[in-house]
Amino acid sequence: MKIVIINYGAGNIQSIKFAIKRLGYDAILTDDVAEIKSADKVIFPGVGEASSAMSKLRESGLDTLVPNLKQPVLGICLGMQLMCNSSEEGKTKGLGIFDVNVVKFTKDVKVPQIGWNEISSLKSTLFSSIPEKSHIYMVHSFYAPVCEETIAVSGYGVNYSAALQKDNFYGTQFHPEKSSKIGEQILRNFLKM
Amino acid sequence: MLTKRIIPCLDIKNGRTVKGINFIDLRDAGDPVELAEIYAEAGADELVFLDISATEERRKTLAELVYHVGEKVNIPFTVGGGISSIEDVDILLQNGADKVSINSSAVKNPQLINDLVAKFGSQCIVVAIDAKQINGEWVVHLVGGKVPTELNLFAWAKEVEQRGAGEILFTSMNNDGTKDGFANKALARLSTELNIPIIASGGAGTMQHFTDTFIEGKADAALAASVFHFKEIEIVDLKRQLKKEGIPVRL
Repeated sequence: MKIVIINYGAGNIQSIKFAIKRLGYDAILTDDVAEIKSADKVIFPGVGEASSAMSKLRESGLDTLVPNLKQPVLGICLGMQLMCNSSEEGKTKGLGIFDVNVVKFTKDVKVPQIGWNEISSLKSTLFSSIPEKSHIYMVHSFYAPVCEETIAVSGYGVNYSAALQKDNFYGTQFHPEKSSKIGEQILRNFLKM
Repeated sequence: MLTKRIIPCLDIKNGRTVKGINFIDLRDAGDPVELAEIYAEAGADELVFLDISATEERRKTLAELVYHVGEKVNIPFTVGGGISSIEDVDILLQNGADKVSINSSAVKNPQLINDLVAKFGSQCIVVAIDAKQINGEWVVHLVGGKVPTELNLFAWAKEVEQRGAGEILFTSMNNDGTKDGFANKALARLSTELNIPIIASGGAGTMQHFTDTFIEGKADAALAASVFHFKEIEIVDLKRQLKKEGIPVRL
């Protein structure tokens, strides 16, 4: 199985590489269009700031490639947020895969949210054999509200999308690569698709 | 619901754990990677590695250690100790650290916080603050609490937040090593005046101390070393107790 992690200079990708390795696979880190297109699974990571990440995607033309991919694609954290219509962070347009706009947590909760939260209302095979209310690790200041494409919900002041899915595109706000055994099972489920 | 985090801290010197560690089931008592794996398995929510090496090769040794921890450990971990530049942070994050913690370098050059946040994002920049209460005033200290500064804890913490840090790790030098409980009054004030997560450190001796720091101290996470290393408190027992007290934890 060919697993590709899209490399667009967006932060720390070493932990996702390590997590895939622990599951017995090797992932290739690349920004090469042919490599990405020919992959069986594509991981779209992201740590950092939304508008500068979008600029990097536009510079390399990856902004038009990603929405047209046909194989299973998993966006993680900022990766998931960039797959939405827009983000309040840096007032940027997104890739428009998920029909929802990313907004900032209000001041009645501590921002960023850092730590282990629960996921519930689980839909999709991404969560096969994952119990409701499992704990996953989140680090973020912005969130996608609950919408039609929501496949997992978390609560932090408001209920929001812990994960989204449309066709072959999946996104998790949490970090499966840092979410202990639950995260490993979610990654395994994705790699099995 | 977001849970309260329990964070064991490992002191590292030249790539090895330093504090006496009483794990009978550990093959190599000084191997931080093996210890980290055991803690992850035992239910720790995060780990902190604090490097106290003072050698020329410290950068390389620490980067190698971070790489090996990242390879094995499936929970987040923070690395601190002697980090003073963008390059230092870049190497650690590239090797798999999730967050870095800076302390003295931020006091000496507060702009470093802004620079790191701009480059790497607030989510991975923790500012550690050591402070001691002297004549009623909380004074920020450097060099593991030995050297006083002119900074007031609350003013400095506010500045750290405004410069974009994602979290504050507050160690009370009055409480550290006493096993008499955390500095809950100061913690509660930090937690109320600031809008970023606060990690409590210094003073853990009993399970009740953790309950107190989450309730009275309003802490978001609690860090401890010896109570875990010497198995005085098992993480799973601690979390069961916290849950009984109505504190949200990951079990």
